[in-house]
Amino acid sequence: MSSAATEQPTGSATTADAPVTRAEYCAVAVADTFAGDGESIASAFGTIPAIGVRLARLTVAPDLLLTDGEAHFVSGSWEIGADPHATEGVVIEGWSPFRTIFDLVWHGKRHVMMIPVQIDGHGNTNISAIGDYARPKVQLLGVRGAPGNSIYHPTSYWIANHSTRSFVRTVDMVSGVGTDSARAAGPAATAHHDLRRVVTNLAVLDFGGPDGTMRLLSLHPGVTLEEFRAATGCAVHVEDEVPATREPSAEELRLIREVIDPRSLRDREIPA
Amino acid sequence: MADKTLTARDVVSRLDSGMIIGIGGWGSRRKPMALVREILRSDLKDLTVVSYGGPDVGLLCAAGKVKKVVFGFVSLDSIALDPHFRAARQKGAVEVAEYDEGMLQWGLYAAGIRLPFLPTRAGLGSDVLKHNPDLKLVQDPYGTERLVAMPPLRLDAALVHMNRADAQGNGQFLGPDPYFDDLYCLAADQAFMSCERIVPTAELSAAGHSATIKINRQLVAGVVETPNGAHFTSCAPDYERDEAFQREYVKAAGDPQAWARFEKRYLSGTEDDYQAAVAARAEEVA
Repeated sequence: MSSAATEQPTGSATTADAPVTRAEYCAVAVADTFAGDGESIASAFGTIPAIGVRLARLTVAPDLLLTDGEAHFVSGSWEIGADPHATEGVVIEGWSPFRTIFDLVWHGKRHVMMIPVQIDGHGNTNISAIGDYARPKVQLLGVRGAPGNSIYHPTSYWIANHSTRSFVRTVDMVSGVGTDSARAAGPAATAHHDLRRVVTNLAVLDFGGPDGTMRLLSLHPGVTLEEFRAATGCAVHVEDEVPATREPSAEELRLIREVIDPRSLRDREIPA
Repeated sequence: MADKTLTARDVVSRLDSGMIIGIGGWGSRRKPMALVREILRSDLKDLTVVSYGGPDVGLLCAAGKVKKVVFGFVSLDSIALDPHFRAARQKGAVEVAEYDEGMLQWGLYAAGIRLPFLPTRAGLGSDVLKHNPDLKLVQDPYGTERLVAMPPLRLDAALVHMNRADAQGNGQFLGPDPYFDDLYCLAADQAFMSCERIVPTAELSAAGHSATIKINRQLVAGVVETPNGAHFTSCAPDYERDEAFQREYVKAAGDPQAWARFEKRYLSGTEDDYQAAVAARAEEVA
């Protein structure tokens, strides 16, 4: 097995000239998800989302608040997998212990990208348990902050392995609230409910389909509609023309490859 | 002023089977593990455990001490899932009340400030309401919305672990995060605080800004000095999580024979025996 980290460019080629990888399309699609968010807390889990929010802060959303993964907001940028506090130019700009997180979540200026195990056509997601709830076939993490996040502030999702196991007709335990569930729960649930995007290893989706259903926004280059449909176990609205996920700019590629993820951890999450 | 110094055994002698016990820390961070291990050695059973769950929940489940877990997640942080909690759930061996993490905080806060509920949007539209059928909605008296009425999570006892404390029960965190430990103490009929070191009161404000003295003595019934007492969870800056030990814990949990060996080596004796076994293990690895 090779990784991009061990494939050093040779001759006159530079890293900037290397072909765009699937992981890089994904990272740029994640960054675009946070465009226009202003002084919002961008919370992301997983490698590609972490690259995406840092890329967003360096490009389309410079005012984002990012945490060090512990109890601080930090400015500046640092490599994926590295300690931000050991990086020059990264400074603590605030304290955000768990004790205050729900104040900020419920205040609303936060956009989270969570990683569901299951998602359905209205964006209900599950990170709690698979199978019968009283005696699950598979116990997962628990709902964590998903019910509150999804009802209080913008929420997006990242799915590294788009398949009929992740995209399902019905989720087993609604942890993150979908558009139909929010509507059924009434005005208190819909007031701030704002599902934004779902970025996967195959495609980018939103909830602009009829009745708040999932809509296919773009397929990553190299992915066919047939492949997408075969991997998707729930109904998704597909319009006549489905564009390809946009190409990263040269500057975005440079930032990903040289500044944010020089060790190519992205290729471990999404193999090239 | 009263000296509230106790031993871990004293603390457990004040607990009863069937109690609702809140356990501080978060995930695999600053858990009162020495007190949890003392419960493992006791004949307590049928406990309801309220926790931002980590290996505290896993170990108590593995030992058959738990009737019910009140939780938002159970995780070892660097390892996503606790294998014992997972196994207990998949066997149907424990009851659960699963809440959004913010609802859990709200429930502790409601208990702490003696309110019958606190309103929130969290939970609306999710299956948290379906699986907690006792949860009720409340009408906004000023408007038209209907919100979740999170009931108080009153605790019979709270167990927390801090970096420093004085003998009167003032508790200090020196790491980055106080977690919810003050709320656990506020919500409990009696709160017990273990700590890395008991120091004279004046040393608390010398060690850090007074804001780090997060737990007030009026909330604390007893203080226990348990050096390395959060092991194998983190207790920064005194020590980080023992990742190698945590991996060993998870690996052993996957196989009954390996787990029996793990229990024999680490959990069959006193806390001093445990710490000696941990030190011996570190020697071997080094």
